[in-house]
Amino acid sequence: MLELAIRGSKKYYGWMLFLLSIIGVGFFFYLKQLDFGLGITGMSRDVSWGFYIAQFTFLVGVAAGGVMVVLPYYLHDYKVYGRVTILGEFLAIAAVVMCLLFIVIDLGQPMRVFNVPLYPSPNSVLFWDFIVLNGYLFLNLIVGWNVLEAERNNVHYQAWVKPFIYLSIPWAISIHTVTAYLYAGLPGRGFWLTAILAPRFLSSAFASGPALLILLCLIIRKTTNFDPGREAIQTLAKTVAYAICLNVFFFLCEIFTVFYSQIPEHMDHFKYLFTGLHGHGAYVPWMWASLALMLLGIILLVNPITRKNEGVLAVACVVIFAGTWIDKGMGMISGGFVPNPLHEVTEYIPSVPELIISLAVWCVGFLVLSALYKIAVSVKEEVGT
Amino acid sequence: MDSSRRQILKFFGISTLAMSTKPLLDAFAADPAAEGAESKETFLAGPEALKARQWAMVIDTREFHSLEDVEPLIEACHSIHNVPNLPIRRHEIKWIWETEYKHAFPMKGARFMAEELEHRPFLVLCNHCENPSCCRACPTQATFKRESDGIVLMDFHRCIGCRFCMAACPYGARSFNFRDPRPFIAETNKKFPTRAKGVVEKCNFCAERLAVGRLPACVEASEGKVTFGDLYDPDSPVRERIKTNYTIRRKQSLGTEPSIYYIV
Ligand code: SF4
Ligand code: SF4
Repeated sequence: MLELAIRGSKKYYGWMLFLLSIIGVGFFFYLKQLDFGLGITGMSRDVSWGFYIAQFTFLVGVAAGGVMVVLPYYLHDYKVYGRVTILGEFLAIAAVVMCLLFIVIDLGQPMRVFNVPLYPSPNSVLFWDFIVLNGYLFLNLIVGWNVLEAERNNVHYQAWVKPFIYLSIPWAISIHTVTAYLYAGLPGRGFWLTAILAPRFLSSAFASGPALLILLCLIIRKTTNFDPGREAIQTLAKTVAYAICLNVFFFLCEIFTVFYSQIPEHMDHFKYLFTGLHGHGAYVPWMWASLALMLLGIILLVNPITRKNEGVLAVACVVIFAGTWIDKGMGMISGGFVPNPLHEVTEYIPSVPELIISLAVWCVGFLVLSALYKIAVSVKEEVGT
Repeated sequence: MDSSRRQILKFFGISTLAMSTKPLLDAFAADPAAEGAESKETFLAGPEALKARQWAMVIDTREFHSLEDVEPLIEACHSIHNVPNLPIRRHEIKWIWETEYKHAFPMKGARFMAEELEHRPFLVLCNHCENPSCCRACPTQATFKRESDGIVLMDFHRCIGCRFCMAACPYGARSFNFRDPRPFIAETNKKFPTRAKGVVEKCNFCAERLAVGRLPACVEASEGKVTFGDLYDPDSPVRERIKTNYTIRRKQSLGTEPSIYYIV
């Protein structure tokens, strides 16, 4: 099937070349980072994780979001999703590829990454994250590929694939749970030290992942002869609607505990993000924007009149994707490091090279996604579903 | 090989696995071969090595009044351990430094404290915690608690620079080499390894000095203001000081069991 990814229209080639050129620029900056060290980023002794790890965290969510189509389709035999399931699985693959890249570019000694499997350390959450992410990539490759291949040959997929499908469902939950545990088990980091972190991560994942999937479906319908189907899109929209409601609800639960208890170690991080602390407040407008976007998303999606209008639905999905991205891809990591353990404020602003490298990784993700979707759509067009 | 010896070898990255991955490392660390060779000769525990079940330190903060009182200790540590002096604060590396009470003990301050206490310089460094969250977090065991004497050490050759340990340390004790530190070392101490960019480092309780029977450099430079000894030896000088003075530790409530005690 791979050949389907290389044969394409001029537009397809143009798009891929565009992505490749950004990747090229990003790669150039990454070489500079390799040469100089992570000092070319905005990270510091106090904020020792930045944009890279934040993107990683957000994208694990997007990857896990794929389960929102896999589960109804395979577990409940929800036929409507027959057309979009492969899109969900391939989105997960592209997202995990980006996650792994973000982890590697964040390492100070990337050539030593194999020290992780060489010296297995079961007490480290990062070790488990390494396992679950690679496992999830592997599962989605097996399942997505085999099911699509079977569809192309007009046969039912082979029986041995079934256990992998079932396994991939809890596995999707696990990748984002483990990612939340990276943060939620650290003593002395009041912002992350909360049991609601994993549920918050999952709810935002189940909003952002399917929101992106809806947008991709709309684009595919516009640009190809394959229609994922109005009903599938509408059902997905309901998933997004309830997930984003849950996400805001979990956030408010956290706010209640933190501010009713009035414990400074927990409050100060929120104060830093939402009002500024000791005169530092670079994230304040962003965080309020994030909250406003998520609330707007709720209004547009819970209301059936707006949800059923596909134009408005597209806007709502962009709004929710942006809102959850700011929340996790910007605030979640910096917020945890400010103030630092000595209660000093060091702000973190990503540097330009850091942003360009991050953009390039996103482009790698879209390159992989475009190639995979090209294959999937070609097969769907072939068999004429 | 007994475990302490194995740990020491591990520390200096000369275990067989480290050897076999060396070519890989060389590509990125500027000069790791030299580090290994130096450290092997100097640091293996000799017959006169000082031993303890858990090394601990008592800092009598009443004896420190101004920056001049703490600077010799910081200087002693940083110069022998090749700690660079980086021009940009973002890249800063420090093993032991001074801060005010309210930063050393956030959330523990009384209001309206004596001015003297409020501005007294407090030395802070890695606490060589008995239950260290940094070691729990490390995905490669590049940072580990040495079973033989409780020192929390770094294997600079194994560290992948993920900085999980920095997020996990509730004391801000760890620094990361955001760039090659070597051009910023005023005078390199050839007996101690320099670090490559991309690895984490922190205070090592002068493991290399204890191995040859000497007290940590800061303790020596403190002229009695800082006491060092075995926490589990009832006759050790630290036990004596803890028994006869009221001491506090940083963020005791987190369960990390820090080994640095402060007399305030
Ligand atoms: S002070 Fe921090 S770095 Fe040192 S042992 Fe404790 S947790 Fe680890
Ligand atoms: S930065 Fe190095 S020492 Fe710290 S957790 Fe990662 S591998 Fe371990």
